[in-house]
Amino acid sequence: MPWFTDILNAVVLMCNFMIVPALSYGSQLALGALAVTLVYSVLRFANFAQGDTMAFATVVTILSTWVLQNSGISFGFMPTAILAMPIAVIACLAYVLLIDKFVYEYYRNQNSKPITIVMASVGVMFITGGIVRFVLGPSHQIFSDGARFIITTREFKEMTGLSEGLAIKTSQFLTVTIAIMLVGFVFYFLQKTKTGKAMRAYSDNENLALLSGIDPAKVVRVTWILVAVLTTIAGVLYGLDKGFMAISYHQLLLPTFAAVIVGGIGSPIGAIVGGFVISFSELTMTYAYKKFLIYLLPEALEPSGLVQFLSTEYKFAISFVILVIVLLLRPTGIFKGKVI
Amino acid sequence: MAYLSGENITAAYDYSVPILNDCSVEVNKGELAVIVGPNGAGKSTVMKVLLGMLKQSKGSVMLEGKDISKLSVQKRITLGLAFVPQTDNVFPTMTVEENLEMGAFLRTDDISKTMEEVYELFPILYERSNQLVGQLSGGQRQQAAFGRAMMTKPTVMLLDEPTAGVSPIVMDEIFGNILRLKKSGRAVLMVEQNAKQALTIADKGYVLVSGSNEHTGTGKELIADPVVRKSFLGG
Amino acid sequence: MNQYKARLFISFSMMILLLLLVGFFQSWALCLTIVNLCLISAIMALGVNIQWGYAGLFNVGIMGFAALGGMSVVLISKNSVPEALQAGGLKMFIALFILAATVAAAVYLHKKFQRKSLVILTILIGYFITRYFYSDASQSIESVNPALTGYLGGLGLPVLFSWIAGGFLAAAAAWLIGKITLGLRTDYLAIATLGISEIILAVIKNEDWMVRGVKNVTSIPRPVPYEIDLQQTAWFQDMIAKFYSKSLDILPVADQAAALKDYISEASILMVKLSYTGLFTSVLLLLIILATLALNSPWGRMIRAIRDNETAASAMGKDITKRHLQIFVIGSAIVGVAGAMLVTYDGQFTPGSYIPLRFTFLIWVMVIVGGSGNNLGSVIGGFVIWFLWIMAEPVGFWLADLSTSFLNSENFFRQHLLEHAQYIRLIFMGLVLLLVMRFSPDGILPETNKKL
Ligand SMILES: Nc1ncnc2c1ncn2[C@@H]1O[C@H](COP(=O)(O)OP(=O)(O)O)[C@@H](O)[C@H]1O
Ligand SMILES: [Mg+2]
Repeated sequence: MPWFTDILNAVVLMCNFMIVPALSYGSQLALGALAVTLVYSVLRFANFAQGDTMAFATVVTILSTWVLQNSGISFGFMPTAILAMPIAVIACLAYVLLIDKFVYEYYRNQNSKPITIVMASVGVMFITGGIVRFVLGPSHQIFSDGARFIITTREFKEMTGLSEGLAIKTSQFLTVTIAIMLVGFVFYFLQKTKTGKAMRAYSDNENLALLSGIDPAKVVRVTWILVAVLTTIAGVLYGLDKGFMAISYHQLLLPTFAAVIVGGIGSPIGAIVGGFVISFSELTMTYAYKKFLIYLLPEALEPSGLVQFLSTEYKFAISFVILVIVLLLRPTGIFKGKVI
Repeated sequence: MAYLSGENITAAYDYSVPILNDCSVEVNKGELAVIVGPNGAGKSTVMKVLLGMLKQSKGSVMLEGKDISKLSVQKRITLGLAFVPQTDNVFPTMTVEENLEMGAFLRTDDISKTMEEVYELFPILYERSNQLVGQLSGGQRQQAAFGRAMMTKPTVMLLDEPTAGVSPIVMDEIFGNILRLKKSGRAVLMVEQNAKQALTIADKGYVLVSGSNEHTGTGKELIADPVVRKSFLGG
Repeated sequence: MNQYKARLFISFSMMILLLLLVGFFQSWALCLTIVNLCLISAIMALGVNIQWGYAGLFNVGIMGFAALGGMSVVLISKNSVPEALQAGGLKMFIALFILAATVAAAVYLHKKFQRKSLVILTILIGYFITRYFYSDASQSIESVNPALTGYLGGLGLPVLFSWIAGGFLAAAAAWLIGKITLGLRTDYLAIATLGISEIILAVIKNEDWMVRGVKNVTSIPRPVPYEIDLQQTAWFQDMIAKFYSKSLDILPVADQAAALKDYISEASILMVKLSYTGLFTSVLLLLIILATLALNSPWGRMIRAIRDNETAASAMGKDITKRHLQIFVIGSAIVGVAGAMLVTYDGQFTPGSYIPLRFTFLIWVMVIVGGSGNNLGSVIGGFVIWFLWIMAEPVGFWLADLSTSFLNSENFFRQHLLEHAQYIRLIFMGLVLLLVMRFSPDGILPETNKKL
């Protein structure tokens, strides 16, 4: 049944180059978007420093990884960076709390317009970007070690006898599993714990939360803790997957915001869904379908070009177009976030 | 001596002209006191001063004979004050039950008894306990707001225009609820736009104009007073 | 008011003094270069100030609008490449035409029938037809002498036209963004401008057929004479000879000719820069006059009324979104003009040099430090911050060097610090922004007519 193997090959090909990468990239975006949405709903501003803060946490991870590697510590088949992550979470938390104390707290107490705080966050973005480049420079760094693959294309081919292989990188596997666990934890926290509920209450109605005796300072602190955890993990997973480069972290801002707005600004579940909407759109639009179609179409119809909707250089454009479509058709996003 | 009283209060927002001038209100347990008056008279401001959301420049707030003027909002809430604001008085994206839990945020003891009491008082809330408050009707939402405020087991309930913007049927329902609150032994102080109805069920009434007590008396007296009738109750 | 005048006087005279110091102690050529870039920065800051100071619109995509202005310089002033036009011009034109037609049709169908399926179908068909013509055209164009051209070239018009064209191009992009996001949450505009500027840059860098992408476009024609031409012009030679007659006279006759030649070549450089200074100053003055007139017109009063109290203004029936759109388009157009001026001054278009730090962030710092809402504030902000920016690099390096001078030169820490000293500037500017926002939100020159 050659046509059947052809279909199987096509499916495997699609999984290998599109679905697996999209799942892993989508998880990374989702974690970042969740952080942005939390800051948005509790602190009420769009945090432009998100991408660069992710870079900051990743830099700390990379430095700690180097130290660990130099002292001969490793984590088996897992990347050493996973061991370094707790240190980075703490550093990132200290950093965001410091920024909150010296920058955002003032505007919060002044009841400033959200756009003023957004602007302050742009200032923070540049300072953070400066620190990141000052410490590690602007170049590309690879810091993943351990086993690179859970399963390689060759192993897969031998196992199945197909001519297409499916490779799963350790980083991709880690990304998806850690993301699922983390998102699960965040949702449990928000839905079931008293502090989590207090956060939601504060986000819903600040004044009434005060009248109910909820301490805003504590809510803000807990929010930053969650943000630091999400940001660090998102940053490290992205870096393990694609390598670290200051500018590419900065540029994650657009797809992250797009994910938040598509899902519905302020809605945690929306942020997750939005992350995957963006990642799958990006990959479906920039994937070259040539080989895929060769498997599926009769020889006479085989395509000559790459059959790619957009070249990968335009992946920002995809986030942007999705953003625009959402703003035009349903400004509240999929899960009805806050509009004004 | 009244259970809760604001005595000779003068207060201002920021540094502007005083909104309240030597204004006094009081309410006892098992009693319903109503503040009426034109828009902008300072009715909501009285509530804020009693709660400590706005500091008075003169006068004092007394609870059971103790001066609580210097205490924070949260402290006053633990002492038994509860407030249902005029607008935005629920957490719309949380369930009814979660709203009640948030009302009891400061409590460390078992809150299930209190929750049962609230559900007994407002059976509809029990039916809707897992629904988002934002999806409830206006009257039900108002009940959720009362319920949230009752979760601290307050001895005094301050209600700011509980019937604003609801239909006449719902208004009767809400007044019914307020009477039930009062019968349960609490002190209820309420600001009301529907002055006539409110004064009919009130034990005590205050007519506030430009931040000062213009008329004071029992509900019946005020309704009977021709001056009050003419200027505030529409004849 | 008097205090304001004093601030105005002091800040401008301090700035002039600083620039003169550079002239006396370093070189006049450097001084003029700084002045010219200060002028361009001031114009960009003016554009952003109109958006932020007049209407509270936060534009995080200044870079994109400046790049559009820069691109228009190439499109207007470079000569066309006939071979490329021959090879793919017509097809590219058809592709662009179909693209435009598709968008128009999609919008029309959406408005008329509200049927999403119809709109999507139209877009898909339009996309494939466009794509068919486009791939062919771009390939043929880019393969025409790729080392030198590989693009369609421009219209071959005088470069000054491109300043206007740059304004229009930026305005068009701003209109599109504004149309979509204004009237929604205020931060959507910020996010959308960030996005559009990244896309503009991606297009410029990747569509080689248009402005050569990262291969850069050099030798852009000038609006002012070339140094070589000046040096050979009789009146210029005479003028310099006269100007330096005293110092020339004391030299031995044999050396006089050589010395004069040096003077002339030095002077020609200054002369060119001065001509730019004159041009840029005229544009800046013109824009300030127009902006001030507009701000004090009934239209300007309405704009400020809206900014100070949106709720009241909308209650009075003012169409806020429409006014905001006007403001946003005007401000972006000014940024576009400045972007075109910058590329004209550089004489080359290098897409790789567009980084948000230099084009978005620095301009923001200028507006905030200068005093948002005050046009002269933007000017002084543009001057002060550009000056600091230029000076901060050597100073940062010097500080890094000095603070680690006790370490030996191979020391890892010292080397790292020296290599990365440039990023200290970034941190420093970020701190300046945050500190001014926090402790002196009015900036150097506070807005004078804050309340109506
Ligand atoms: N937060 C505030 N800041 C400044 N002024 C306020 C504030 N809240 C109310 N006011 C002013 O205080 C006066 C009384 O308001 P309020 O107590 O709400 O009146 P009422 O509830 O009787 O309608 C009004 O003139 C109002 O404009
Ligand atoms: Mg009121």
